[in-house]
Amino acid sequence: MGRKVGVEVSIAAADAVGLCDVDVVAAYPITPQTHVVEHLSELCASGSLDAEFVPVESEHSAMSVCCGSAAAGARTFTATSSQGLALMAEIVFIASSMRLPIVMFLANRALSSPLSIWNDHSDTMMVRDSGWIQVFCENGQEVYDAVFHAFRVAEDARVSLPVMINVDGFNLTHVIEPIEFWTKEMTQKYLPEFKPIHRLHPDKVVTMGAFGMPEIYTEAKMAQNDALLKSFPVIKQGWDELADLTGRKYSPVETYRTEDAETIILGMGSICETASLAVDQMRERGKKAGLVKLRLWRPLPVDDIKKAIARAKDVLVLDRAVSFGAANAPVTSEIRAIMYHESNRPNIHNVIAGLGGRDVTPDHVIEMLEMALADKTHGYNIFGVRS
Amino acid sequence: MAETEKNKVIKPIKNFAMQEYISSGHRACQGCAEVLAVRHVLKAIGPDMILAMATGCMEIISSPYPLTSWNIPWIHVAFENAAAVASGVESGLKALRRKGRVPDRDVTIVAMGGDGGTTDIGFQALSGMMERGHRVIYVCVDNEAYMNTGIQRSSSTPFGATTTTSPAGRVKPAGEMTWKKDMVAIAAAHGIPYAATACPTFFTDLQKKIQKAKEVDGPSYIHILSVCPTGWRIPPNKAIEYGQLAVDTGVFPLYEVEKGVWKLNRKPKELKPISEYFKGQGRYRHLDEKFTSEIQDKITEKWNKLVKFCE
Ligand SMILES: Cc1ncc(C[n+]2csc(CCOP(=O)(O)OP(=O)(O)O)c2C)c(N)n1
Ligand code: SF4
Ligand SMILES: [Mg+2]
Repeated sequence: MGRKVGVEVSIAAADAVGLCDVDVVAAYPITPQTHVVEHLSELCASGSLDAEFVPVESEHSAMSVCCGSAAAGARTFTATSSQGLALMAEIVFIASSMRLPIVMFLANRALSSPLSIWNDHSDTMMVRDSGWIQVFCENGQEVYDAVFHAFRVAEDARVSLPVMINVDGFNLTHVIEPIEFWTKEMTQKYLPEFKPIHRLHPDKVVTMGAFGMPEIYTEAKMAQNDALLKSFPVIKQGWDELADLTGRKYSPVETYRTEDAETIILGMGSICETASLAVDQMRERGKKAGLVKLRLWRPLPVDDIKKAIARAKDVLVLDRAVSFGAANAPVTSEIRAIMYHESNRPNIHNVIAGLGGRDVTPDHVIEMLEMALADKTHGYNIFGVRS
Repeated sequence: MAETEKNKVIKPIKNFAMQEYISSGHRACQGCAEVLAVRHVLKAIGPDMILAMATGCMEIISSPYPLTSWNIPWIHVAFENAAAVASGVESGLKALRRKGRVPDRDVTIVAMGGDGGTTDIGFQALSGMMERGHRVIYVCVDNEAYMNTGIQRSSSTPFGATTTTSPAGRVKPAGEMTWKKDMVAIAAAHGIPYAATACPTFFTDLQKKIQKAKEVDGPSYIHILSVCPTGWRIPPNKAIEYGQLAVDTGVFPLYEVEKGVWKLNRKPKELKPISEYFKGQGRYRHLDEKFTSEIQDKITEKWNKLVKFCE
């Protein structure tokens, strides 16, 4: 077992990428992702990591370099945030369509304007339908472990898709947490060498990125969706084997005090830690509250979600992004859609909170719950708006 | 059959590779000199190469899934990023070779884009690739407009040419009213070891330049004038001829910049008047004498400057 040290989460994540013996890192700096790439460039400069660090001139080129490098069969990593993701978005969609197993660390940050460097989920929701595997993390250890898992899943021949690790900007990227490090031996045991099905090399000629006429485009998209859905068991297997190795068990949907819960809070990312404290407080007051933590956002673990919330009376979904002009915020849309055909379904409430770095405390979560339960419109509320 | 003047057997050219790396049966227009340029580039390099291509005519005509014209490893990702994709392929293979995961053999990495994909939307990615020093040959196949989307102007469209977005009218009587971007000078200003112009009419010169680029240790940039009968509104059998005229009028001089040293590769004793080049091209049909002489003055001035530079 590795050692446990207090370290900034970004630095730990970069160390994990280094332990994975990555071949190419291409990234462009943007707050709050900078510490990840800075540390990786240090590792490359000092020679402790044998990789090509490509200091690209934009995020668009970062993702393009990643496509070229993954197509050549190299283990490939990038990190970005917010505006950076927006700039690279065109290629983000292409990377998954071309089945290129790139791993991205996304420091979740609000989108401009107004310019904000602080945390919410509007960046990742922008590429919700890009076909990437999207995973959320609650604390530093989860982020660290997620790196090994991401490479393993992405490069698995049954998957061959890019993976995005969502890490709440500042709330997670910049905090110092106790993290149990992996050893080289553990990494080698867990993460096999990347052996791509096809690689760009003259020894075996391939054409990658052909264009699709209407006769084949539908089939191509169908196959892509199939691949993403079929990654689900591989993702779970990756977590199971990670548990064997580290003793830490991860699941697509995780529950906290939900066994007899009448009211369930559902969220993604670091807000879950806050919400768990709110649940404890409510339990102390005799309220049957619980928490459902959605770790895997794409592919969406539909059955696991149903199972986790079916018996509750009320579910409060905490969204960290606005879907402008829509019926619900993004996560709530999914939860309401999943439960629509269930005969036993809870009331599903929607509160949008923590936009652009607005602080959310356990007391706030309790307030949100009260606000949501009082509202019978089945719409959504934005929490904490000052008049 | 007896050899007559009409069916004269053409002697094979020395050192001319017979192998084809882009197959016939692609969907380029009749008489397209852009695909001819591609063909010569590939012949000059040989099988040990990887090509990253930008969206544009050459990509669309060659890769309708499940068909492909490419006998070499080929990748297309998007319109503006061929230089970045090639940077990634080069970096990936470099790391993999070092770690012993692919054969330790030199593979030439080529990025290719049209004038739109190079001088406009892909300009930044190209600059990044050159500045970072990736060992990639960047080839711009310049047909002087966005042909794939229906002949719209680019910053490589010459003054006086009409396109569908630079039509001639009362306000803009010349059609396109800005001068062609000087890409080779821009590339050379990055301090890269090799930059050159070429034209498939002069295919031995073109192939020699590609082979030079292949040997240099660092980025290289080759700008190829690729006559497009469809977009220039000329008969399909005239592409080679117009390539010759572009060079012999000084409109598109053949030169190279090797480690900062400029050299003219073809210096006609006397330049032909540009009116000879304009004649018969539909895209210049609207030009009056005033514009023609204005353009002639500019071309002469630029030529003289280039000659001086190359002394
Ligand atoms: C981001 C983006 N913008 C616009 C397009 C549409 N588009 C595809 S090819 C092309 C023009 C290509 O022109 P050029 O690079 O000169 O190549 P040519 O077709 O002339 O060989 C355009 C505008 C696109 N594919 N992607
Ligand atoms: S439009 Fe021009 S460049 Fe494109 S295929 Fe036709 S002739 Fe070639
Ligand atoms: Mg063009």
